[in-house]
Amino acid sequence: MTDLEAAAAIKTKFGEIISEPAEFRGEISINVADAERVAEVCAFAKSIGFNYLVDVSSIDNYGDDPRWTVVYHLRAIVNGAEIRLKTGVSEEKSELPSVIGVWRTANWHEREIYDMMGIRFTGHPDLRRILMWEGYPYHPLRKDFPLAGKPTDLPGVAFTLVTPMEGGPFVTVAGGHDSIAREPRVRVPEDDEVQLNARIEARGDNKDLRGRAFGPGPMEKK
Amino acid sequence: MATVQDIEIRDAAALAAQAVEDAQDIHGEKMVLNMGPSHPATHGVLRIVLELDGEVITKADPDVGYLHRGDEKIAENMTYTQFIPYTDRLDYLAPLANNVAYALAVEKLLGIDKSLQPRCQYIRVMCCELARISAHLLGLGAFAMDTGAVTVFLLTFTEREKVYNLAEAASGARLTTSYTRIGGLMRDVPPTWCGQVKQFCDEFEVALGEAETLLTRNRIWVDRLRDLAVVSREMAIDYGLSGPNLRGSGVDWDLRKNRPYLCYKDLEFDIPVGSVGDCYDRYLVRMEEMRQCVRILRQCLEKIPGGWANDSHEPVNIADGKITLPSKQKVLTSMEELIHQFMLVTEGVNCPSGEIYFGHENPKGELGFYINSRGGGVPYRLKIRAPSFINLSILGELLPGCMISDVPVVLGSLDFVMGESDR
Repeated sequence: MTDLEAAAAIKTKFGEIISEPAEFRGEISINVADAERVAEVCAFAKSIGFNYLVDVSSIDNYGDDPRWTVVYHLRAIVNGAEIRLKTGVSEEKSELPSVIGVWRTANWHEREIYDMMGIRFTGHPDLRRILMWEGYPYHPLRKDFPLAGKPTDLPGVAFTLVTPMEGGPFVTVAGGHDSIAREPRVRVPEDDEVQLNARIEARGDNKDLRGRAFGPGPMEKK
Repeated sequence: MATVQDIEIRDAAALAAQAVEDAQDIHGEKMVLNMGPSHPATHGVLRIVLELDGEVITKADPDVGYLHRGDEKIAENMTYTQFIPYTDRLDYLAPLANNVAYALAVEKLLGIDKSLQPRCQYIRVMCCELARISAHLLGLGAFAMDTGAVTVFLLTFTEREKVYNLAEAASGARLTTSYTRIGGLMRDVPPTWCGQVKQFCDEFEVALGEAETLLTRNRIWVDRLRDLAVVSREMAIDYGLSGPNLRGSGVDWDLRKNRPYLCYKDLEFDIPVGSVGDCYDRYLVRMEEMRQCVRILRQCLEKIPGGWANDSHEPVNIADGKITLPSKQKVLTSMEELIHQFMLVTEGVNCPSGEIYFGHENPKGELGFYINSRGGGVPYRLKIRAPSFINLSILGELLPGCMISDVPVVLGSLDFVMGESDR
C-alpha cells in the first residue's frame, strides 16, 4: 500500500472529518477535523498496517485558532508506508484523547507535549511532566514563553518528588524546617544566613526528627 | 519516620495468629531505591526509581530531563545554519552523524536532498559510519566495564581516539564538529584524510576482533546477557524502538536500506538482526554493525568521486548562491556574491513554507527532525525525535522481574545518551 492509498482508505472510513491528502516533498499529510476522534482514526490506521508510531509533535499557532496542532507520524514497518496525521485543538479545550491504547510508545511523547505545551491527553494513565520538574509552573515551548525563561519562586534545592527516605539520616527535603541547616556544604548569602539562624533559634529544641540532640549545624550562631 | 515499638506476645493464640501473619508477609516489605541521577552505571544523568522486593525489581520508573537545555526552543530563535552546532550536543558520542541528519532534514525542506554533490554524499556517508563506530565503541566499552570487563574499555577507547583524530582532521574539532552546512560541508576533507581512514579501518578490524574474543564467547559475559530483558518483535515496534535495539528484536528495518538517503543505495552492506531480542542479541547486532561500517567505509574509499586527494577538484557544495556561502575570493570581488553572503549570514537560508520529517539512521536509532516552516530562514517549529528518549521509555516495562545487578547490563544494552534524550 502506498502512502496515498492509505490516506484514501482512512478518508473512505471516516468521511468528511478527514481532509484531502496534502503532498509536500513526497510526504502525505492528512488533517483530522475532529480532535476527539483522533484516537479512533489512529486505531483504524494501525489496523491497516501502520504499526509504528514514529513521533508525536505539537505546534503552537500563537494568535490563530485553533491554537494547537498535534502531529502524528505513522509508519508501516512491513511495507515502509508513511503518513502524517494532524489535528487542531482549541486553546479553551487544550485536550484530546490519548493514543496510548494504540501504540504504547505514545506514553512519553504525550507526557512531553503536556510538559512543553500544556496540552492534556484524556485517558493517559500517567500524565506527569517529563523533561521539566514536577511543579514547574510554565510550558516552555509555547510561543508566549520567552527564550530567556521566566523567574519562578521554586525551591532551588530539590525539584522532584519527596524522597522515599525522607527523615532519614542523610536525606534533606526541600522546604523541610531544617533542611538547609542540615546541608553540610550549604552556601547561602548573608541575608539568608540571618533568616536561617532565626529559624533555628525559633525552633529552640535543637533536636532532629528522631528526637536526638542535634549538634551545631554549619549555620548555627558561633 | 522510623519508630521503635516493643511487641509482647503472651498467649499461644496470639503467637499462632502472628505466625500466620508472618507467612503472608513472606516477601517482606518493598523498598524504594533511587538509582541516579549521578550513578556510574547510568552514563549521564538518568535517574531510575526502583521498587525492590529483596533484590528483585518490582517496579521501575525512569526519570529523565536532568540535561534538558531546550534545544527545540532555541532552534525557533535562530537561523537554520546557526542551529548546526547545537546538533553536536544531542548525541555527543556521534556529533558527525547528527550534523548530517540535521543538514539532510533542512535540505529536504529545500528540496535539494537528492541533488547534493556526489563527493559530498560520500564524505557524509563516511562521517556517519565513523560516528557509528565511535558511538558503538563507547557503548560497548562502557557496557563491558559495567559488567566487570575493564580491558574492553581500554581497547575501544584506543580506537575511539583515532576516530576523534579523523574528525579533527576533517572539521578542526574533535567533539563539537559542526562539519556539515546546508547544501554541503564546511570544507572538503584534507588530501591525506582518506589514507588515514584506510589505515584506521585496517587497525580497527584487528582491535574489534580482540574485543570480540574477550566477550562474545566469554562464559561470564554470555551468562549475564543471555535471556535478559527480552524484547519481543511486537513489543519493540509497539514501543517505537529504533536502531540496534529494534533490529536486536528481529525487525529488519534500517533507514539506510528501507528509506535510502545520500549514496547508501550504491553501497553494499548487510543489516544484522537478532533472533531472541535479549541483551546478548543487541550486543551482537552492534558488533556486526561495526563490521558493516568498515565494509561501507572501504567501498566509499574506492568509489569517492575525485579520488582521495580530489585531484579533479570535485565540488562538495551545491552551486546555488542562495543556499551555500560563496568563496571568500568572490565575496570580495563580486557584487552578487557579496549580497548572497550578506543575506545568508543575516537572514539565513530562505526555506519555503511547508513541513517535512526526515529520519536518519543514527548510531542510537532513528534521529528524526520534524521541521514546520512558515518561510524564511528560521524554523517555526523544530521537533527532534530523539531515539534515546524513546528507547528509554521501555525501561518501565523491561526492568520489573530483573535483579538489581541486571540494571547496568540492561542499560548498557539499550545504549542511550542523555544529551539526546533530554535535548
